[in-house]
Amino acid sequence: MELQDKVIKLVSEATKMDAANISLNTSFVDDLNLDSLDMVELMMKMEDEFGVEIPEDETENLKSIGDVVTYLKAKSH
Amino acid sequence: MKLNRVAVTGMGAICGLGHSLDEVWQNALAGKSGISTIGRQSTENWPVTFAGEIKNFKLDPLLMDLKDQDRFDLFNQYALHSTAEALKQSQLLEAKYAPEKIGIIFGTGLGGFPHIEMNHKIYLEKGARRVSPFFIPSVIPNMPEGLISIHYGFKGINFAIASACASSAHAIGLAATEIMLGRQDAMITGGTEGVITGYTIAGFASMKALSKRNDEPHRASRPYDVDRDGFVMGEGAGILVLENLEKAKARGAKIIAEIVGFGASSDAHHITAPHPEGSGALLCMQQTLESSGIKKEEVGYVNAHGTSTPLGDIAETQAIKKVFGEHSYNMCVSSTKSMTGHLLGAAGGLESIFCIKALETGTLPPTINLENQDPQCDLDYVANKPKKKDIMYALNNSFGFGGTNSSTLFKKYI
Repeated sequence: MELQDKVIKLVSEATKMDAANISLNTSFVDDLNLDSLDMVELMMKMEDEFGVEIPEDETENLKSIGDVVTYLKAKSH
Repeated sequence: MKLNRVAVTGMGAICGLGHSLDEVWQNALAGKSGISTIGRQSTENWPVTFAGEIKNFKLDPLLMDLKDQDRFDLFNQYALHSTAEALKQSQLLEAKYAPEKIGIIFGTGLGGFPHIEMNHKIYLEKGARRVSPFFIPSVIPNMPEGLISIHYGFKGINFAIASACASSAHAIGLAATEIMLGRQDAMITGGTEGVITGYTIAGFASMKALSKRNDEPHRASRPYDVDRDGFVMGEGAGILVLENLEKAKARGAKIIAEIVGFGASSDAHHITAPHPEGSGALLCMQQTLESSGIKKEEVGYVNAHGTSTPLGDIAETQAIKKVFGEHSYNMCVSSTKSMTGHLLGAAGGLESIFCIKALETGTLPPTINLENQDPQCDLDYVANKPKKKDIMYALNNSFGFGGTNSSTLFKKYI
C-alpha cells in the first residue's frame, strides 16, 4: 500500500470518517473538525504506525493529509 | 421563605436487569437476578468473577459519536443513555425553560476506573507519551454532566457528588433543593457508575466486602438471608428529571411523584464498617421525616441500602426499627440489590426510581434469594415475590464508606 493510502486509512479509522471522503487536500481542522486533543491522539497513532517520533513543535505544521505524507517521506530518507 | 414543590417528571434506568426502565422494572417484578458471570473481559486470577454486568450495551451514536465512544469510559455512556430515556418521558426538551434554569447533578462513587487501569498499563508499558489526551476527560467524575450539558445545551448548575455509595442519593437531595429554592426550574439528577474491572474487584475483595459465590452468581446477592456473604458489584445508571411542580403543571407535564424530604448525616465511627446500631442511618431517616413534616406511620415502603453484607443489613434493620418503632412491622422494606447488585454511586438513583415505581403502580419490588431469614433481620422484606400494596410515601436509604448516609422521601402524586 502506498504511504498516502496508509495515512488515509489510519485517519479514517481514528476519526470514523469514510476513507472515500479523505484525500491529500483534506484539512484536519477545516474538513475533519478535529480539535487539539484529537490531533494529539492522531499523532500518537501516526507515531505507532510509522515508527517515527513527531516532536510537538513539528505537529503544528501538519495541517492536512498531504502535509503528513510529505513529512513522513522526508523522515524516511 | 416559601419553598417550591418538586416533581419527578421523567426517569431512565440501565443495569444488569435491562437497558430501559420498563425492562428493568418488569424483570424486578418477575424476581429475576441481573447478576451473572462477567463476560466483558477475561477474569483469570480475579478473586470474584461475577457481577451485575450490563450485557450487549451499545450507546446510540446520536448521543455520542463512535469515535468518542472509544474514548469515554462507561459511566459517561450509561449516564447519556438513561438521561435520554428520562428526558423523553418528561418531554423536558419541548418545555420552555431558559437553558440557565436547567441543571445537572449526578452522583458517582468512583469515576472512570476502567480507563484509569487501562491508561496506567499503557503508561508502564509504553511510556508517558502514549497516555491518551482523553484519559483525564474520560475518567473525571463530573464528565457525564459535562457531556450532557454540551449535548443538550443545559447551562444551569453542573457538578458531581462523590460520597461513595450514597453519592446519587445526595445528588437527588441537592438537586431537589436547587428547585425548592428556585435557583433552577428543572434538574437532571441521579447517578451513574461503571467500574466492573479487575482493579476495582481486587480492591473490594481485599476488603472482604464482596460475595465469593462464583459458582452461583444469581444466588450471591441475598440481603437478610443467613447465608449472605458480602455484596455483589453492579453497574449502570438511574436518572431522574425533576421540575418545579407548579411550572411542570403549567406546561402540562405528567407528574409521576413528588420529592418531599431529604436527610444526610455521618456515622463518625469507622471508614468502612457501619455503626453497629446504625446511629448515622437513624439520624438521617429522622431528618428526612422531619423535613417532610409527615408522620412516620404514613411511610409504607423503604427501599433499603441492604447490600447483603453480614453487618450492614443488621445495622440498617436496627436503625429502621428505632426510627419507626412498632410501625416497622406494618410497613415493607426491600433490597432490590438482591437483583441488580450494588450500583455503588448510582445505587441511590436506581433505587429512588424503584421507590417511585412502587408509588406509581402500588406494587413493591421484592428482595430475592431470601430463603432463610436472619433472625436479627425480622422485618417484612417482601421476600422473593412482589407485593401489592397501595402506599402514599416511600423512603430510599443510601449509605457510603466514610460513614456517610442519605435518605430521600417520595410521595405519590394524586
